[in-house]
Amino acid sequence: MSIAVDLATLWAFIIALAVFIYVVMDGFDLGLGILFPLFPAKHDRDVITNTVAPVWDGNETWLVLGGGGLMAAFPLAYAVLLPALYAPMIAMLVGLIFRGVAFEFRWRTRAQRNLWDIAFAGGSWVAALAQGIALGAILQGVHVEGRHYAGGWWDWLTPFSMLTGVSLVVGYALLGATWLILKTEGELRDRAYHISWYLLFAMLLAIGAVSLATPLLTIQYAQRWFTWPAVILTAPVPLAVVAVTVLLLKNLAEKRDGAPFFLSLMLFLLSYAGLGISMYPYVVPQSITIWQAAAPERSQLIMLPGVLVLVPLILGYTAWAYWVFRGKVRSDSGYH
Amino acid sequence: MFGLDAVELARAQFAFTIIFHIIFPAFSIGLASYLAVLEALWLWTSRDVFLNLFNYWLKIFAIAFGMGVVSGIVMSYQFGTNWSVYADKVGPVIGPLMAYEVLTAFFLEAGFLGVMLFGLKRVGPQLHFLATLMVAVGTLISAFWILSANSWMQTPAGYAVNAEGQFVSADWLKVIFNPSFPYRLVHMVLAAYLTTALVVGAVGAYHLLRNPHLPGPRVMFSMAMWMATLVAPIQILVGDQHGLNTLEHQPVKIMAMEGHFESHKDGAPLYLFGWPDEAAGRLKYALGIPKLGSLILKHATDAPMAGLDTVPRQDWPPVPITFWAFRVMVGLGVLMLALGLFSLWERWRGRLYLNRLLHRFAIAMGPAGFIAVIAGWVTTETGRQPFTVYGLLRTADSVSPLAAPAVGASLLAFVIVYFIIFAAGVLYILRLMAEPPHAGEPGPSSEPPIRTAGITPAAGVVEGAVGS
Repeated sequence: MSIAVDLATLWAFIIALAVFIYVVMDGFDLGLGILFPLFPAKHDRDVITNTVAPVWDGNETWLVLGGGGLMAAFPLAYAVLLPALYAPMIAMLVGLIFRGVAFEFRWRTRAQRNLWDIAFAGGSWVAALAQGIALGAILQGVHVEGRHYAGGWWDWLTPFSMLTGVSLVVGYALLGATWLILKTEGELRDRAYHISWYLLFAMLLAIGAVSLATPLLTIQYAQRWFTWPAVILTAPVPLAVVAVTVLLLKNLAEKRDGAPFFLSLMLFLLSYAGLGISMYPYVVPQSITIWQAAAPERSQLIMLPGVLVLVPLILGYTAWAYWVFRGKVRSDSGYH
Repeated sequence: MFGLDAVELARAQFAFTIIFHIIFPAFSIGLASYLAVLEALWLWTSRDVFLNLFNYWLKIFAIAFGMGVVSGIVMSYQFGTNWSVYADKVGPVIGPLMAYEVLTAFFLEAGFLGVMLFGLKRVGPQLHFLATLMVAVGTLISAFWILSANSWMQTPAGYAVNAEGQFVSADWLKVIFNPSFPYRLVHMVLAAYLTTALVVGAVGAYHLLRNPHLPGPRVMFSMAMWMATLVAPIQILVGDQHGLNTLEHQPVKIMAMEGHFESHKDGAPLYLFGWPDEAAGRLKYALGIPKLGSLILKHATDAPMAGLDTVPRQDWPPVPITFWAFRVMVGLGVLMLALGLFSLWERWRGRLYLNRLLHRFAIAMGPAGFIAVIAGWVTTETGRQPFTVYGLLRTADSVSPLAAPAVGASLLAFVIVYFIIFAAGVLYILRLMAEPPHAGEPGPSSEPPIRTAGITPAAGVVEGAVGS
């Protein structure tokens, strides 16, 4: 495949980056919600939500950038994909609403705190599952006629999209558990270690299952992964997954608090790179390429300086915010 | 569902979700600026009363901001789920404006919000003030971009249409600074400030009724009433200018707002009230002041005014909604002016903290800003129908290839979820407001205090003794 670095490719990379940053950042805080049922004690839950209370808003903003950026840079893809993913998208939004307000609401009431804890956990589960299903639904392709989505309202629901849905829940949970290893101490951290073992194996199973199922979807995916010379580019991905896994196992066994979270992120990055290899250069697989979907050049150009200047700036002050709230969150005092 | 087709359901969903959403930005734009002012006053004077007020309103801000964020995410995806043809055609123009909103505003707000809410002890007062300032500036930048985008849809400029039927930019500056944008921006930001002032004033008045000596309520009531006194008249002038701009670019909207079904060759009346009968095409039971309509809109009593009878029916906006929403907004604006003047009079007489009638009036006006903001948006959004891009793209041609059951089900889901969230959020905010600010007022993510008799009143008395 030829890699011409043109405006559309650049924008595909930018959107992919925004989505990846979203997956990484909101991934671990959604993961905390997914793990909530395993930590029923109030004081554990206070600590868990306090580890992300100062940053979750910023994490979720990347989702807005992903959506807004897709509409701005690839309006056709946005116009085709969102109707195709109607039900999972609505479910995701509703899930994010519940878990977003729960952050504040659970501090404002004693009587209903349990209800908002359920909203936090339930919202996180639904949002993660819906995102994973949406991913699977995109990968398996959608029915397009002209400039419109022409499929049915339930096309997204297949065994494959269920598999990707569950896989993302598992992946987010692993990020959440290793985040807790990084940010907590004592008994809470020990339990996070314990959970991480199970989740790592589940995650590996999920990666394996999705990797095996994807080439079966269409012949193009299979050719992309298994034919010479493309295999030179694709073969290192599974090898790197093995290497990262070994490191992660080692660090979990030696209980090095700092490493597991970042190694889990590496697993995500590799899985994500694998997806990119499968999809490129399509933005709607097998139907619409990034060049067909691209907004007129003037639209993509006007946003470029904004992205090139502002995104590094955003990453800078976001990093500062994380730095301000660095270190372990104490069980008694939170950040205060 | 309810006999509505997919387009009507999609419109209902947009109207419902955006009305719900606008409540929170309208409040958080004003409140963020108010918090920045409070913190600046605290840093400048070192008086505890300002820090206590800051922490008091910060908890309320945290709830309102969170609700604004989650309801805003819905908006940014709804363009695609329900309005995909619009997204495809208009995305190349509107998309970059919204992308800049995310990049310059949303990240700024969200990035510094954590430090603003939880970081005072970690970063110290100076850096913390910077964070508060960034959040406040972020809300204003956000208003800039989203109002530019909305205004472009009302008064499109600087565009061309390409072979795929998409709107594309021919001149970005003309797109951004389109004809109605400056008026709409100023009108909305002032509305947000007034809305917040009325809420702050109502909370202050509520506690002054119970104890006119508490320093926190006195300070917030005084600040809020200054805001109402100064900004309400400016807002009325700005609204008038905005109206003249609308007359120039969207005359049909003005016809609907004014209830002008018929053309008037030599001077149009200003209808105060009446019953718009769209089917019959006339304003029943009209109560109007002759010639005043022409005087206000054209600055000449005999200036001719065209009516809806000059416009094909298929281009009419829904007249009754536009007509009534406009009157609600204007009526509340006049009441705000009255409150501002009343408070000025009582301030001059030295009875600002004592006049119980003033306090009751201020409490009654607490929600007036929200209602006026919603009524104003209903006026302008309904009045530009039946178009999404004024005169160029019809609403009916903007929707996704939708099926009514899918839109109906998602609408139902949003209605249920939003009512739960709204009820809970308002309850928690009112619960916070029911207590006066105390000495050593805690910040967010703190436990709600255990309300045993003795503790909270005593703290209030102590603060009163120290502060006064």
